[in-house]
Order: sequence, then C-alpha cells, then structure tokens
Amino acid sequence: MLNGEVGRALLHSMLRIRRVEEAIAERYSEGKMRCPTHLCIGQEGVSAGVGLALRRNDFAVSTHRAHGHYLGKGGDLPRMIAEIYGKRTGCSAGKGGSMHLIDRSVGFMGSTAIVANTVPIGVGLALSIQLHDTDQVSCIYLGDAGVEAGVFFESVNFAALRSLPVLFVCENNLYSVYSPLGVRQPKGRDIARMVAGLGIEAHAADGNDAPSVHTLTGQVLDTIREEQRPIFLEFATYRWREHCGPNFDNDLGYRTDAEYLEWKGRDPIPRLTTALFDGRAAPSNLLEDMDANIRAEIDDAFAFAENSMFPSPEELFEHISSSESMSAKN
Amino acid sequence: MELDSNVICYGLGTDDPKGIFGTTVGLRERFGPARVFDMPTSENAMTGVAIGASLNGIRPVMTHQRLDFFLLAMDQLVNNAAKWRYMFGGQASVPITIRLILGRGWGQGPTHAQNLQAWLAHIPGLKVVMPTTPADAKGLLLSAIFDPDPVVFLEHRWLHSLRGEVPPGDERVPLGVARRVREGCDATIVSLSYMTVEVLHAIESLEKQHVSCDVLDLRSVRPLDWDAVYASVTKTGRLLVVDTANPTCSVASEIVASVARNRFSALRCAPRQLAPPDTPSPTSPALAQVYYPTSDDIILEVGRLLGRELVADTTALRTHQPDVPGDWFTGPF
Repeated sequence: MLNGEVGRALLHSMLRIRRVEEAIAERYSEGKMRCPTHLCIGQEGVSAGVGLALRRNDFAVSTHRAHGHYLGKGGDLPRMIAEIYGKRTGCSAGKGGSMHLIDRSVGFMGSTAIVANTVPIGVGLALSIQLHDTDQVSCIYLGDAGVEAGVFFESVNFAALRSLPVLFVCENNLYSVYSPLGVRQPKGRDIARMVAGLGIEAHAADGNDAPSVHTLTGQVLDTIREEQRPIFLEFATYRWREHCGPNFDNDLGYRTDAEYLEWKGRDPIPRLTTALFDGRAAPSNLLEDMDANIRAEIDDAFAFAENSMFPSPEELFEHISSSESMSAKN
Repeated sequence: MELDSNVICYGLGTDDPKGIFGTTVGLRERFGPARVFDMPTSENAMTGVAIGASLNGIRPVMTHQRLDFFLLAMDQLVNNAAKWRYMFGGQASVPITIRLILGRGWGQGPTHAQNLQAWLAHIPGLKVVMPTTPADAKGLLLSAIFDPDPVVFLEHRWLHSLRGEVPPGDERVPLGVARRVREGCDATIVSLSYMTVEVLHAIESLEKQHVSCDVLDLRSVRPLDWDAVYASVTKTGRLLVVDTANPTCSVASEIVASVARNRFSALRCAPRQLAPPDTPSPTSPALAQVYYPTSDDIILEVGRLLGRELVADTTALRTHQPDVPGDWFTGPF
C-alpha cells in the first residue's frame, strides 16, 4: 500500500517536472531559450522516484537530458530557467545552458553534454566520499547509450574494484537520438545482466512506476551505505518528444505511432494517481491545487529569467581559470 | 602529501617496484594505499575520477609514464577538467595535477615520444607546465598540486637524470613565470624543457665566440610569460625559439607569431624557430640523429640571426650516441 505522503511527494515532483518542461516547450519558439534543450517528458517517474529516495547531501551527476534529475534532486527552478535563457542569474551564470546544470547546495554536482562523460565524475565523487569517510552516496544518471561507451566499463570496473558508494541509474528509453537499441546493442542484450557480469549488483525495473522506483532505490541506497559497494539500476522508460527540442517527432518515422501510444498509455502520472487513491479518481481539488501552485511557481521562474540581466561582455573572460587574464588576453 | 592529507597520487605503476622512473618510490609505504595506488588501464575514466574527487576537496596527482597513452583521456581532460570552472559559472574548480612524461631518442618512435605541449596549451582552462631543472620540477609541482585549476605537468624523460640543488621544504615556483637562464644583448633564445639543456651547451660555445644571448626557460607554456619574452626581444631585437615539438601550430610558432604581431618594430630581423621536422618521431637511431635538434643547430640558428658564420663544435665533444642523454643510458625504456 502506497504511503500517502510519499505518493503525494512523488506526484508533485513528477507533475512539476512535466509542467516545467511543457512550459519550456510552449515558449521555445519565442527564440529566447537559445540552446539545445532535451526534454524528459514521459520519463518523470525515474527523476521523481530516485530524487526523493536520495538524501539532500548525496551527490548526483547527469547528462544532456538533466532537467528532471536536477529538479527531482531539489535544484533551484528559477535559476535553471534563467540558465536556459542564458542569463547571469542562471545556475551556471549563463555559461552552461540547458545541458550544464548545477546546484551544489542540494548535491547536484553537474550535468554535461557528452554521452557517459559524467559517469567517471560520479565515481570520483564516490572516491572522495570514501576518502572523507562519510555516509553519502554518489548517484550517476546515464542512458542506454551511455552503457555503450568505453568509459562506462572503465568506471564500473573501478567502482567495483574499490567498493565505492555509487548508485548507477540507467534510464533505458530505447533510443539514442534516432538510433534504436537494435542497431546499437546485440539482440537479447539485458543491460542489467551485462553490468552484473562486471561484478556489481544490478536490477532492472519499470521506470514509469514511480512508487516502485522510489522503493527499489531506497532499498539499494540502504545497501550501498551499509555495505559500501556500487549498485546499478536500469529503468525502462520512454521520451515522448523529440531527442532535442520542444516538438513531437513521430512523423520522422524512426519509431512507430503504435509504440509511442503504447508508452503514453504507461504515463507515470495517472498511474500514480490511480495507485494513490486505490483506483478511484484523485480528488479533483487536490490535483487542481497542486497544478495551480506549480503553474504559479513556473510563471515566477520564467519572470525571473525574463527579468534577469544577460552576462556583461567582460564575463566572457571570467571563470576560465584562477589566473585567466594571463592566458585569455595576449 | 605531508602538507595536505587531501593530496592523493595514482597512476599505472605508481607503486610498482620501479615507481614511475623512481619518482614515486616509497610513497605508498609512507602515505598508505588509500592515498597512493596503482590503477586499472583506464586512462579516460581515471581522469574523470580525479576530476570528480577534486570537486569534493581531494587534490589528485595522476602519473602517466608516457604522454601518448594519456591521449585516451582527452574527453575528460578537454571536455571536463578544462571546462568545469567555466561551464558552471565559476562555482567549482578542478584542482588536479596530471604528470605526463615525454621524451626523445632510444627508439621510442612515433607513439612513445610525442611532445604535445601545444595541443594541451591550446585549451582555455588548462595550465601546462614544463620544468627543466630539479629545483623547478619541485617548485612547479608544488604550485601545480596546490593550484585551484587543472595543471598538466610535462616531464622530459631525459631531465630525470639531471642533478641540481633543490631547496628544502615548501618552496614553490609560481606558474607562468619564465626563468632567466643568461643575461645577454645580441639575441634572445626562448627555450623549454630538455631543449634548455641543449641551449646551455650552445651558449658556452657562443660566449667563446663573443656572442651574448639572453636566454629564457619558459617553465610554463600556459600561462606563458609574455612580459619576459617581449622585454627580452625589445632589448636584443633578435629572437630564436627552441622547442621540443613539431613546428606546425607549436609553442615556438605561437611565440614567433605573437612577437611579430606585438613587437614588430623591436625586431632587427625575422624571428627564427628551431624544432624537429614535421614528421612523426622516428625509431631508428640513424633517423633520430637527423630528427632531433642539438646545441650545434642552436649555434647555427643564432649565426643566421646575426648574419655571422659561427662554429658549431659542441656535439663533436660528446662521447654518447645522439639517441641517448648520456653513456650511462642503456635502455630498455
């Protein structure tokens, strides 16, 4: 039976991520968000479930598709929107854009744009945890293409070798840009089993079932903290919109409408509301209130971004290195 | 490692019996296996591990016995280490030190002796250091380790055998400050790493031939001490840059170009650069003799700057083959 408080927190987190991304999609054509933007609509179950299970001081690193991970971990919303707008108030001072999010105050240590490129960063954070002897965990978000990269194998190997407190969270959404799994990995590949073969515990589960994601993640986090060893979780999920940008792209023909509709039928948000209220419809005022609060928060975040200043020209030369003037301006 | 318990040191062979040409021998015994360890043959991930650890207070020092193997880690070095501070708006820096050993001779050949300092120095966000003397190696390494930014520390294999006074204790040499090796007025020689040793052999002979050179050992190629370079060229009006690397898009060509752009009126003649030819580094000792510039080539280059015929007589006195730093070097690597 789903705990009501956890259920409502998961619902709020998923709904918030979805509404934020819908707002980005709606306004993207205004031309004010001038950077590659990868939406995770459809995949919110993983961000919400894992994010809620992690502690505030646990670390997380992520990928190009990081909005949900950042928000699920507690990252600051107005600063994320301002970052996508390229404003100096953005979480990366306008230097990173949608693909480079950071909020160290909640342990979100950074997302980057190269596939699998933060996997070893997360393992290094886990090494620092071990050296400092704290009970934190380092959570590494990656996708199904990430496990194809050499650096992934190198990172899992080292995490296993040194028994590091790492939670690998692989969102398998079946596609890397327009390339389906079938052209990238051998038929019958079971990613979790493959990773188990590298010597770490691994599980596969439904990523669109947020309460199960949350429960499983909570259990393995306990194990990681108690036994000081890495664990890998693969969550099946699906992105609804195009790889990069605000639109739907089923017209391109790289995936079928039938497949899309089937996954849409597994939308994690109504699945949770059904579970939360024992099959009965959610009390309409609860959802409405939640939605209204979220929309107000989003409006404020966009207003913050719109009203913020762009970086000044001098800021181009800032943050390169501690003695940047010596090398930046010969 | 005594100064700061957050300093760790790892790399392939770091704690093996040979200890990276002797440079890490005894560290594991002294500081323990948590802080000093060997690693999997995973250059890219282990560079990312260093970056990740550094984001939470650790100061990793990575060692690589050959620069060439480290090329596998370019993603982590270029896309993460160099960019982290910038792409997150200055909220986090990456205080890592990466020791890469490069060299010349002894048949190391195309993939064991590349001198890629210009590649690395091209990347905003990286600092690139190339010490020559033992004192500078110690002082610059201390500065690199305690610098808030990623520093690539390029050690020339042939300099590991150089002897010299080393000050005790925490004596640091600042990054980005060239060392004046000789004061002179006829020509400026800007040099780096092992080639500074060849320059020292050359200027002994040049002085006997009444040529006085202002010699700068760069020590650091990014940041580069432009003030020192410009001041010297302004004084002498003639410039020779001596590099260990291929000449195209090199540190030498950058210095020549910058001096031509910014101090053209100070120049009395076209600046010159001396570097190995634009070929991969060869294996055969016969080809190595052609490939690597020596003190004699430096003398001839200075002669061209001055419009004088100078005697290049320094290597005739050497008893060792040109593919080794001295008779004592007998390989195997």
